[in-house]
Amino acid sequence: MVKRKLVLSFPENIVTKPITYRLVKEFNLEFNILRAEITPDMEGKMLIELRGNKDKIDQAIKYLSDTGVSVQEAAKDIIIDKNLCVECGVCTSICITQALSLDNKNFKLKFNKDKCILCELCLDCCPVSAIKVNI
Amino acid sequence: MAKTIEEINEKIKDGKVLVLNAEEIIDYVKEKGVKKAAKDIDVVTTATFSPMCSSGAFLNFGHSDPPIKMTKVLLNDVPAYAGIAAVDVYIGAAELSETESMNYGGAHVIEDLISGKPVKLKAIAYGTDCYPRREIETYITKDTINQAYLFNPRNAYQNYPVATNSSNRTIYTYMGKLLPNFGNATYCSAGQLSPLLNDPYYRTIGIGTRIFLAGSQGYVSWYGTQHNPGKERLANGVPCGPAGNLALIGDLKKMSPEYLKACTFHGYGVTIFMGIGVPIPVIDEEMIEFLKIKDEDIYTEIFDYSVQRRNKPSYGKVNYRQLRSGKIKISNKYVQTGSISSYFKALEIADILKKEIKNGKFYLTASVASIPLEEECNSLDILSKEEL
Repeated sequence: MVKRKLVLSFPENIVTKPITYRLVKEFNLEFNILRAEITPDMEGKMLIELRGNKDKIDQAIKYLSDTGVSVQEAAKDIIIDKNLCVECGVCTSICITQALSLDNKNFKLKFNKDKCILCELCLDCCPVSAIKVNI
Repeated sequence: MAKTIEEINEKIKDGKVLVLNAEEIIDYVKEKGVKKAAKDIDVVTTATFSPMCSSGAFLNFGHSDPPIKMTKVLLNDVPAYAGIAAVDVYIGAAELSETESMNYGGAHVIEDLISGKPVKLKAIAYGTDCYPRREIETYITKDTINQAYLFNPRNAYQNYPVATNSSNRTIYTYMGKLLPNFGNATYCSAGQLSPLLNDPYYRTIGIGTRIFLAGSQGYVSWYGTQHNPGKERLANGVPCGPAGNLALIGDLKKMSPEYLKACTFHGYGVTIFMGIGVPIPVIDEEMIEFLKIKDEDIYTEIFDYSVQRRNKPSYGKVNYRQLRSGKIKISNKYVQTGSISSYFKALEIADILKKEIKNGKFYLTASVASIPLEEECNSLDILSKEEL
């Protein structure tokens, strides 16, 4: 039994297919959808954690790729480079889970890793490029 | 009882000056009242740390041998304006690199110069009898060149709108990344710490006012471009949107990269975080009435930046306390907010300025001319000569 966290991107034309259903049915995988969204150009994105037999997971990934879903290992970590950060807090408006927030006492940026679901929406919003992915 | 700048400077000299920052004065007035506050407090320090595109620097390189009258100039591949005398240029913060596009620009050149880093200078010329050289490629630092001063045509805006996005796609603006369907909202003002919100009718801030400019002592050189003091105001004098602003000048060589930071708004371009601090002398009780302003008294308007027009639809007004809470309501939907202006850095600057005044390192200046309270802000319409 292994666990893998993946970011799945569904192109517009297959966004309506019951793909996660087949992950259960055909590959006997347990999954936990940590986040799902339809991005503006109508591409679907999903952060999913798969649990099951290692070979089955590999087969499932192959199935996903063959169907046209792009599969990426989820970023290991979002890192805030405190040497670059100017504590403006614009990223807190983007962060849906509020893993990024401004401390209401000292007005500095706080990053709560446990709340971060690695959606990466914040990556291109930082004006001083202080938000990075550690892969 | 009225206080003059001379009297305040005398107190600075004697080490008897009472300086508070624009946040501290709020509680001071609440506890002790306006009269006592006006008597006790001599100076209130205000500040802001925000991206301000309309910034740039004049540089003079000195003459090469044989000399050159530069016509096209690149600094680390970023074009600088050379249409002034032979070796003078103006490098604008928002100018983009010819090789790195939005990843590097005029703001980065300015920050690199301030940090003491070498900058590659390339220039070409048509050659004259007095300036025969036609091209040059060399490296400069702030120590090898002559005068280098920032001259920022539009800084320290008195209030600014809130930006949001009603459309169904993510948009990338100078107000940051705006998610679809009112996914977020961004704002950009130091609010209760902001210089021109603490002196809304420019009673003390004027041309010639000495200020903290990115770590140096700079000056207000003029009123800023698009200065629009006639904007609708609340009873407390606060304009509910971008009204007045300042043109600032200061010595680049004395600045610190801590208080000036080049930045890129993805999909929009390069701009520069400017750290500005303005001391406001407590000349009378009326000044306290303005200085005691707090975030919840300052309102601004929400605009839909997905409408690509000069006039954008408004979604009403909110105050800065609501904005700083992290969420506001737009069209019955809760929307997460984020500030582009760093309150942390603004507070830091207000405190540095406070310390400098207390320690006798910063003296106040009376303005030599006032900032206009009446000035129209025109729009650009496409007209024929006959229609003008």
